Amino acid sequence: MKVTIDQDRCIGSGQCVLLAPEVFDQRDEDGIVVLLQEDPPAELDADVAEAAHVCPGLAISVEG
Amino acid sequence: MPDTRVPAYPMKRDCPFDPPPELRRIQAESPITRVRLWDGSSPWLITDYPDQRAVLSDPRFSADVRRPGYPHVTAASQARRRRSRSFISMDEPEHGTYRTMLTGTFMIKKVEALRPRIQRIVDRRIDAMLDGGPPADLVAAFALPVPSLVICELLGVPYAEHAFFQRCSRVLVSSRSTPEEAVAAADELKDYLTRLLGLKAADPADDLLSRLVTEQADTMSRSQIADMAMLLLVAGHETTANMIGLGTLTLLQHPDQLAELRGSDDPKLVAGAVEELLRYLSIVHSGRRRVAIEDVEIGGRLIRAGEGVIVATDAGNRDATAFPDPDVLDIHRRARHHVAFGYGVHQCLGQPLARVELQVVYGTLYRRVPTLRQAVPLEEIRFKHDMLVYGVHELPVSW
Repeated sequence: MKVTIDQDRCIGSGQCVLLAPEVFDQRDEDGIVVLLQEDPPAELDADVAEAAHVCPGLAISVEG
Repeated sequence: MPDTRVPAYPMKRDCPFDPPPELRRIQAESPITRVRLWDGSSPWLITDYPDQRAVLSDPRFSADVRRPGYPHVTAASQARRRRSRSFISMDEPEHGTYRTMLTGTFMIKKVEALRPRIQRIVDRRIDAMLDGGPPADLVAAFALPVPSLVICELLGVPYAEHAFFQRCSRVLVSSRSTPEEAVAAADELKDYLTRLLGLKAADPADDLLSRLVTEQADTMSRSQIADMAMLLLVAGHETTANMIGLGTLTLLQHPDQLAELRGSDDPKLVAGAVEELLRYLSIVHSGRRRVAIEDVEIGGRLIRAGEGVIVATDAGNRDATAFPDPDVLDIHRRARHHVAFGYGVHQCLGQPLARVELQVVYGTLYRRVPTLRQAVPLEEIRFKHDMLVYGVHELPVSW
C-alpha cells in the first residue's frame, strides 16, 4: 500500500498515530502529521486504510 | 407563521440511552430534511453518516456564527457566541491559525505523557470517594472532579476556584439559560480568565495559559486568549465528565460487558470500549451546525447558499450502514470511525486527552470498586435533557 500525506490539510488530530504509529508521527511543534514510511508492509494495510478513513482533514491518501 | 408540518428540533428522547425516536424515523425516511428551530427558522437536518461526513469536511459549509442563516442552538448561545467568537466559530484560514497554536499541546505523545498524572488523579478521587461512602454521587465525587482537575492542571487554572467556573460552565451549556444569563456567565468567566492571564504574563509557569500569553503576545490580544481559554476550560469539563457519569450508568445497565471490562487488563479492550461508548452515547446531542456559503448538492438535495445545516451526529453514530446493529452496545465493535467528536477541520481538539482520561477511568474505576452499583432505580435518575451536552445530573451509587 502506497501512502501519501498532505500536511496542509492535516489538523493534528493524531488519529493516524493511534491507529498506525509505525507509519505516522506528529511534528513536535504543532502536531502536524509526518510520514514515517511511504510503502508500509502489507500487515499494516488495514490500520493504514482505517487511518485514512477516519482522518478528519482528509490528509491521508492510500493506493493499492 | 411557522410551518407545523416541519418537525421541531431538537426532539424528545424516549429511552435515555437512545436518540429520540422521531430523529430515527426521519433518518429512516428522509435523511436530509427541514426542521424547525426555536427561532422559527427551518435549516436542513442531516442524519445519515456518509452525508454527515460530506458536510463536515466541506469548506463550503461555514461554522461562522455571524453569518445570516447560521442555525443557533438557543437564543443564549447566539447571544454569547456572537459576543466572543473563538476558533470553533471561524473558517479557514483563520480557524487553522488559532487551532495550530494548540495542536502541539494535544498531540498524542504529549497527552500520553500525562497518563501517569491522570492515573494519580483518578486514583486519589476514588480513594476520597471510598473514604466518604457508601453511598456517593458519582458525578459530584468523581465524574466532574477528574476532568476538572486534569484541564485545570493543563491550562494552569487553580482548581480551588472550581465551584465558580463550574457554575459558569453549567449556565453556558444549559438550554434553559436566557441570553442575559449566558452573557453574564461568559463575561464573569472571561473577566476571571483575563485576570489570571495577567498573573501568568507577569509570572509564567509551565502551563498552557502561560505559554499562550507569552508566546502569542504579538499575534493575539489578551481578550482573544481569554476567549480561547474559556472554550478550553468549558469543553474540558462538560464532555468528559458526562462520558464518565453516563458511561458508567450505561455499563451498569450492561453487567456482562462491565464484568468483561473489569476482568481484563488488555488496554486495547478498554480503548475499544471507550470508542464504542463515545459512539453509542454521542453526548453532544444538539447537532454540529453550519451554514452553506455556496449552493451545494448533498445526498441528492440542493442546499442553497445561506441555508443552515444541522448535522445530527447522535443519529449518524446509529446509522446501520456504518455500524451494523447500531442500537446494540458492543465493546468489541470496531467503532473508531464514529463522529462523536465531529468530523472535518473542527473535529474536537481535545479528543486525545478525552480518550486517555476515559481509558484511565474505565480501566480503573470498576476494578477498584468491583461491587459498584446504582443506589437508585433508573427511573429516579435525572438525565440532562436540558443541557446542550447530554449526561446525568447525578448518579447515586453504592458498593
